Amino acid sequence: MTATLSDEQLQQHFDATIERDQRIEPRDWMPEGYRKTLVRQIAQHAHSEIIGMQPEGNWLTRAPSLRRKAILLAKVQDEAGHGLYLYSATETLGADRDDLTGKLVGGRQKYSSIFNYPTLNFADIGVIGWLVDGAAIVNQVPLCRCSYGPYARAMIRICKEESFHQRQGYELLMTMMRGTDEQREMVQDATDRWWWPSLMMFGPPDGDSPNTQQSMAWGIKRHTNDELRQKFVDMTVPQAEALGVSLPDSGLVWNPERGHYDFSEPDWSEFKQVIGGNGPCNAQRLERRRAAHEDGQWVRDAAAAHAAKENARKEGAAA
Amino acid sequence: MSQDRPTTGTGDAPPGSETPRSSWPLYEVFVRGKRGLNHVHVGSLHAADEEMALHNARNLYTRRNEGVSIWVVRAEHITASSPDEKDSFFAPSADKVYRHPTFYSIPDDVPHM
Repeated sequence: MTATLSDEQLQQHFDATIERDQRIEPRDWMPEGYRKTLVRQIAQHAHSEIIGMQPEGNWLTRAPSLRRKAILLAKVQDEAGHGLYLYSATETLGADRDDLTGKLVGGRQKYSSIFNYPTLNFADIGVIGWLVDGAAIVNQVPLCRCSYGPYARAMIRICKEESFHQRQGYELLMTMMRGTDEQREMVQDATDRWWWPSLMMFGPPDGDSPNTQQSMAWGIKRHTNDELRQKFVDMTVPQAEALGVSLPDSGLVWNPERGHYDFSEPDWSEFKQVIGGNGPCNAQRLERRRAAHEDGQWVRDAAAAHAAKENARKEGAAA
Repeated sequence: MSQDRPTTGTGDAPPGSETPRSSWPLYEVFVRGKRGLNHVHVGSLHAADEEMALHNARNLYTRRNEGVSIWVVRAEHITASSPDEKDSFFAPSADKVYRHPTFYSIPDDVPHM
């Protein structure tokens, strides 16, 4: 009925699909490098969402009001959901969820460096929503047009929810800024600590990002790290002004010729240290995730045993 | 790589991954956004059984009024057509232009056509 297509024809078909800006779907032929890059990127993204529950979860029991606690619970639940959408997308590429969890807790796959910083006061919760989720939105909006269908669809879902995350954070900070001097100092302190790590969320500078070009050719990535970082800075400066906080960079000035803000280089040696496992909370985050996974084993086993028993009972009744 | 017969497993599972290796099976989730609309595939999840799959689907895919009805189905129970480049499964629909209303020319002054 059909002739077997040669690898070359399959590659041409794939290239043509990308060229027309159409989506690649799970059962389509795809180059092995494309599949591997996606699994790595989506898994890393999923791990970030899951580990990202920890810095904020840290303040759940100490939220200053029931309103803030309910909001924070909803947000942390969303992060879990985002992780699950993304793991679901990796499975369409043949990845196995247990295997990915094993790689995360075994330190063999990475997650975003930002979550290795501690949340020291409640203003951190607001600043994470404002800056960290703000940076995530800038990173993620172009991924809604990623060439891989399931990843793009997961990102659309996620982006809709991120808007709540950013706004609740900014509102929290506005409330604190209307409070006491001490509260305003807390907001400024949190801003100072999270600004540079937020800029690092976009990854190394373009000259130091060897995979960017291939990812852009494949339609996985739509903008370079530096383009996205610039976009984030341009967006954030007026938000900081409206809030009444300063951003900790003396090199941050409007450049009328470029039509953008100039800003200083983040400390890339710190970035490499944190990525390499030596950030302030790396060990704690992984250990917490590993413990949660192991502590949950009996629940997973019990549910599987219950399901097997129910099935056997049903089959017995039918026989 | 070539196969011209339908394969079991979800339309979203790549060949060779029909049997989930995870301890809990994979379920595909379909959500009816509101009354009057079809159920639409939204993603997948793992659960120990159908009932847990439904509860997990509610918690995962309908946290903000995204649905009024959910279907879950074991991924391995879905039969899917082969990927587009592998056979001519959909070719018959391309060569029958007379199935489309635009195939027929009708004078402009004939009303309501």
